[in-house]
Amino acid sequence: MQLIYEKSAAGRTGVRVPLSDVPQAPAFPEALRRKEEVAFPEVSELDLVRHYTNLSRRNFSVDTNFYPLGSCTMKYNAKVMENAGGLFADCHPVLALLPGGERLVQGPLSLIHGLEQQLAEITGMDEVTTQPLAGAHGEMTGIMVIAAYHKARGEGERKIVIVPDSSHGTNPASAAMAGYEIVTIPTAPYGDMDLELYRAAMNGRVAAVMMTCPNTLGLFNPHIAEICAIAHDAGALTYYDGANLNAVMGKVRPGDVGFDVIHVNLHKTFGTPHGGGGPGSGPVGVKKGLIPYLPTPRVVRKEDGSFSVEAHPEGIGRVSDFFGNFAIMARAYAYITLLGREGLIEVSEQAVLNANYMMARLKGEYELPFDTTCMHECVFSASRQLKEGVHAIDIAKYLIDRGFHPPTVYFPLNVKEAIMIEPTETESKQSMDAFIEVMLEAARMARSNPAVLHEAPISTPVGRLDETRAARAQQVCCEG
Amino acid sequence: MLAVTGAGSVEELFAQIPDELRAKSFDLPAGMSEFELMGIMKEKAAAGGADITPFIGGGLYDHIIPAAVDHLAGRAEFYTAYTPYQPECSQGTLQALYEYQTAICRLTGMEASNASLYDGGTAVAEGALMSLRITGRTRVVLDASVNPLHREIVRGYLASLSAEVSQVAPDGCGSDLARLIGSIDGNTAAVIVQNPNFFGSVEDFSLLAAKAHELGALLIVSCYPIALGLVASPGEMGADIAVGDGQSLGNPLSFGGPYFGFIAARKRFIRNLPGRIVGETADKQGRRGYVLTLQAREQHIKRHKATSNICSNQSLCALRGLIFSAALGKKGFHELALLNYDKAQYARSVLSGIEGVSVLNAGATFNEFTLSLPREGALVVEKLLGSGVAAGVPLGEYYPGMEHAIVVTVTEKRSKAAIDRLAALLEEALCS
Repeated sequence: MQLIYEKSAAGRTGVRVPLSDVPQAPAFPEALRRKEEVAFPEVSELDLVRHYTNLSRRNFSVDTNFYPLGSCTMKYNAKVMENAGGLFADCHPVLALLPGGERLVQGPLSLIHGLEQQLAEITGMDEVTTQPLAGAHGEMTGIMVIAAYHKARGEGERKIVIVPDSSHGTNPASAAMAGYEIVTIPTAPYGDMDLELYRAAMNGRVAAVMMTCPNTLGLFNPHIAEICAIAHDAGALTYYDGANLNAVMGKVRPGDVGFDVIHVNLHKTFGTPHGGGGPGSGPVGVKKGLIPYLPTPRVVRKEDGSFSVEAHPEGIGRVSDFFGNFAIMARAYAYITLLGREGLIEVSEQAVLNANYMMARLKGEYELPFDTTCMHECVFSASRQLKEGVHAIDIAKYLIDRGFHPPTVYFPLNVKEAIMIEPTETESKQSMDAFIEVMLEAARMARSNPAVLHEAPISTPVGRLDETRAARAQQVCCEG
Repeated sequence: MLAVTGAGSVEELFAQIPDELRAKSFDLPAGMSEFELMGIMKEKAAAGGADITPFIGGGLYDHIIPAAVDHLAGRAEFYTAYTPYQPECSQGTLQALYEYQTAICRLTGMEASNASLYDGGTAVAEGALMSLRITGRTRVVLDASVNPLHREIVRGYLASLSAEVSQVAPDGCGSDLARLIGSIDGNTAAVIVQNPNFFGSVEDFSLLAAKAHELGALLIVSCYPIALGLVASPGEMGADIAVGDGQSLGNPLSFGGPYFGFIAARKRFIRNLPGRIVGETADKQGRRGYVLTLQAREQHIKRHKATSNICSNQSLCALRGLIFSAALGKKGFHELALLNYDKAQYARSVLSGIEGVSVLNAGATFNEFTLSLPREGALVVEKLLGSGVAAGVPLGEYYPGMEHAIVVTVTEKRSKAAIDRLAALLEEALCS
């Protein structure tokens, strides 16, 4: 398909700019002026609409295809959340910072406060900030809060953050951005961070341990309380990556288990779509002792029931411009309100049931490295298929030809040829069965006719793309 | 389904979680229908200040959004997809992001853009971090006429890495170029400026770029996309990295987000860019296609050695920015910038005609300017809020000594009548 720039015709415009109702000003100073107009495409509105409508049809999405991308929780989100998020389009956040402005924005402020309270209750934390704009941003914020806590106690010499090797790459990257050295603990044969190696790594230089629970293998770590206790005994804090919270709502609260700091991904668990890669939202919750170090400002409920925006002087400062990705937060608030207590519990139960059903149906054909009840996702290995020369990626590409978005492949890193399937709670048995049939077919095909898998996909606008060529050419924008 | 899993009940699937780890509370109200929910949400939105006429900016701007932006970005094929890890079934998102990167490069006069960052403030911070990586130095010089909220974010990000942020106070409402140049030492990775700056002043940073380069430092310019329809681009001024908030390109105010941050740089710095980048390539049959590229910079490969921790970005908001740019096109975008300039110039002349009120910007402005009032800015702004007008952002909180100054923003959406009403209300407030 042509680029929009290649459809450009000189002089054509899509949308008319309003006419001026003020006198024309003296010309803008020549020395400060740009030399040429910005070469944006010149297209009619119809050209524009057709271009992006047709582009959109080159995507798989939750609304069009089963999308069991492990670790990403690609659930279907009811349309009412989109409507709810859109209601606040014209609310200006700077109003909240003006003298006397708070009283004009009580609605959005009450929503922020309400969401913070909902999330605190769901996760068992004492206070929550909504400022972080994505999961990784939440991780960095959480680790900065931990750093501030240690520093205030005169323990700034703690320079290490421990992560398991099965963690998301954002965990070590976020801790590094917050100024820490990273110590990685390998996975033990039983599928969790090796407890003995962890114990040996824990000492007075450790600031925190970051855990994902359920872990990236979709397993609940029964040693989680002990892991927290070992950290606390050494004066370190515990960080909970809430990427997989969808599995345990109403069942486990990180705060009850011994975690000091958490982040949750509103775009995974709480009703907000993924936007083709974002926007997300990564609120951070903390236990009481860490509240002083949360980012500034805080939305506070006053005695008269009204809400105000207060500076938080001891905190780590500001991590984003305002109160977070508000329209995403509004969707999450709507989601939690819509589902309520029982609805959220049912979400986790159905997500876990679906994943276990998927696991049970596929383990005959696919190697299951950790054959035990899983939580919301299950991780297979294509190791049996590899003997026939078929890789996880080949199976993934075949799924595309059959109309399914592939699961996550090659993650977690501690499973060879990993295929990580997260069906989510919103999929019916019928849609899962259809997927399962194709997965089983792919396994048979690996034995009988692997070439079909190697050549897939053939139904898409382009076949497998040459990534090496892209990296070498570094062609990242259209010339001209 | 349950029978297939071998469990006797759903609860049995959770048996792996020991009793002592079970939730101690889960005290949330019962759920409701979507109709009841919308009632609650509408009530909150109604108390959101949307009826106030905003003459405020502060990095966010109330601009027109063509209807096509909502309709096209509202296609579920875009907004219910995720990061395009499987390129063959994600060419829609990938090509759109490639087009977005092109739009940002053309807008800023740069050669390589990533596929978006979180927001304007974090984009400035990522630009600063990028300069540290490129130069191996540990200090940045930050012009204090950069948005104060953005400066706070930069300070926080760099403090974590024990890098030094040296702020240079403005000279009136402009950058103190001599002091900025004088502050560059052998350990300075970059000088960071904003154009137009927080006071609304538009400046030429060509000389600063040349001096920074002589001393081995980079120039980072934070910019406002709509202004770039008229104002010289960071690229034209010799900047190495351009950053900013893309909200003004087709994203509603939404009480603080989501918006998107952008970052673009000279091609030679491409490997130091944070976040996702889309590149052009082809399949075996030679058909053109797009993939995420140079991923060896990123956290999912490099883990703690990545150029940034960013994973989810603001793709959908960037898509809105792209569609906005194409809806207005080359001509419309320039006209839009001119209209902002004309409206603001009109407001500037009307407001400065009020007794005791003067414009503090020494030189050119785009659609924002700083007024000196005979009374404290905060008091005046609060008073006018009572009449449904947000007259400007008082500067006292951010710039001690400027308690009498406010920054006024006038976009194309403010009518002459609204500007005249602002003038009348201001005059009245200052007389009483």
